[in-house]
Amino acid sequence: MMYKTSTRATPLIPGTVTGTALRLDAPISFWGGVNPQTSEITLAGHPQRGTTIAGTILIIPQLIGSSSSSAVMLELCHAGMAPAALILGSRDAILPVGVIVARQMGWPAIPVFVLPDPPFQTGDVLTLTADGALIYLYYL
Amino acid sequence: MNLTTAERATLAGDNGKGAQMAMEIVVETARMLGADSLIEIHSGHIDGCLYHGDSGVLFCEKLASEGARVAVPATTNVGALNLLKPDQSRLSPDQRKMAYRLMMAHEKMGCTPSWTCAPYQAGARPALNRQVAWGESNAVAFVNTVLGARTNRYGDFLDIACAITGRAPYYGLHKPENRHAQLVIDINGLPASLLREDAFFPVLGALTGRLAGETVPVIEGIPTATEDQLKALCAGAASTGALALIHITGITPEAPDRATALGHIPPAETVTVTPAMIRQTRDSLSLAPDGPIDSVALGSPHFSTAECRTLLHLASGKPFRVPVYICLGRHTMTALAADGTDKALADLGVRFVTDTCVVVTPILPAEPGVMMTNSAKFAHYASGNTGHAPVFGTLKECVSSAQSGHVIRDAQVWA
Repeated sequence: MMYKTSTRATPLIPGTVTGTALRLDAPISFWGGVNPQTSEITLAGHPQRGTTIAGTILIIPQLIGSSSSSAVMLELCHAGMAPAALILGSRDAILPVGVIVARQMGWPAIPVFVLPDPPFQTGDVLTLTADGALIYLYYL
Repeated sequence: MNLTTAERATLAGDNGKGAQMAMEIVVETARMLGADSLIEIHSGHIDGCLYHGDSGVLFCEKLASEGARVAVPATTNVGALNLLKPDQSRLSPDQRKMAYRLMMAHEKMGCTPSWTCAPYQAGARPALNRQVAWGESNAVAFVNTVLGARTNRYGDFLDIACAITGRAPYYGLHKPENRHAQLVIDINGLPASLLREDAFFPVLGALTGRLAGETVPVIEGIPTATEDQLKALCAGAASTGALALIHITGITPEAPDRATALGHIPPAETVTVTPAMIRQTRDSLSLAPDGPIDSVALGSPHFSTAECRTLLHLASGKPFRVPVYICLGRHTMTALAADGTDKALADLGVRFVTDTCVVVTPILPAEPGVMMTNSAKFAHYASGNTGHAPVFGTLKECVSSAQSGHVIRDAQVWA
């Protein structure tokens, strides 16, 4: 059975995308926690160590970490290994700044949304829309 | 967003493509954070000169080639190379070239090539209440805490963009109402002898970072502290937490008393620190048991002239059996050269690391081993960044351990 629901998020960097959610089960700093060339989670002890974030709609309920994470975000965009979109649990600029710089450099930029307490789980299929910032969630 | 005429002109490209890119980054960041205006800044400290990958180099070179120049004095944090000894970092030739290009792009944009994480030792000391845009977590915590200037934590790209535009998003710690403490950390119950130990301060910092996270704390019960002790406290706190500002009653400029530090509002929480909490935090900074060591790393943040002289005094002329790396700025090297302290330390087995530091670029022995340090920040980052297991100790313990090749403890310190 499939059904559809929607919720409203705040677009930090608007864009339209459909993809599969990957929810971070524990907070991570991209700098020191994500390989900038392969997008693999490398943080020792992280429950999703070894998972790659490229192409996913990455759900980041809690932000932590180094401000050098902007550089890792840019490197992922440059390498074509960025997530398809980011959904952040709170307003933050560290990762989006990397996306804005990618856009300035003419490299693929990705949408970034803010949604407090994002309800999505790994495997959910989401559609993010540019205007109105509606997130449609398909339960399969 | 409320932008001035001048800010709009820069955003429109009237001052060149490079300045336009920088203003777009600042304005977009302000918008994303919910700030409704920008604020004029008086200085910058740029963390973005450390090489993380080619994309950041290409961006900074584009800024520089498009004519971007810093509008305010902007010191540089460490790069990935010791420019005086480029071979000291075991980077590939290609990485070394890109790391060098990144550092040179910042020079081209008019940054002051200080290459230090302790710019406040090298003369960059903004006045009380000055608005600045600084990067590097210890430098941010120091400039807010010890000098009382106002900055948020500015990281890659945003740091240089602020320096080029002379503007920062007006939010967070730039606003006086956000600088009040909400958490009281009471250390009055600790023995007075402990509070005199240099090594107590990085441990208290690490504990403070863990207790406070992103909250502004006020520490009560420190009778007196040197600048190097405050430096170590700030660096420890900014490593284990996202702290950018710590008040210390009677010591830091915005905390003449507890009520002022709290903004005359009752604290959300008070934590009373016990000797056991200090010992636990100290122990958490070591990831290897006391035993043989392979190196000693000092100077995170960069070692001061006074710390170098103390080290020389403690060594009493007895040479080191393992390499002792001292990370420091060129401003300190110059001071050490003036009276021969540099040569005396080198003769004992010290290896000086200028312009960079041993946890951001591969300088420590290639074979991962045990690294002893008196820095909570080195202890925090050593394992993840270098593969070396840290052992934390006092400077005196680091010296005697380096001379013997295995950890020697001073039982009196933590008694």
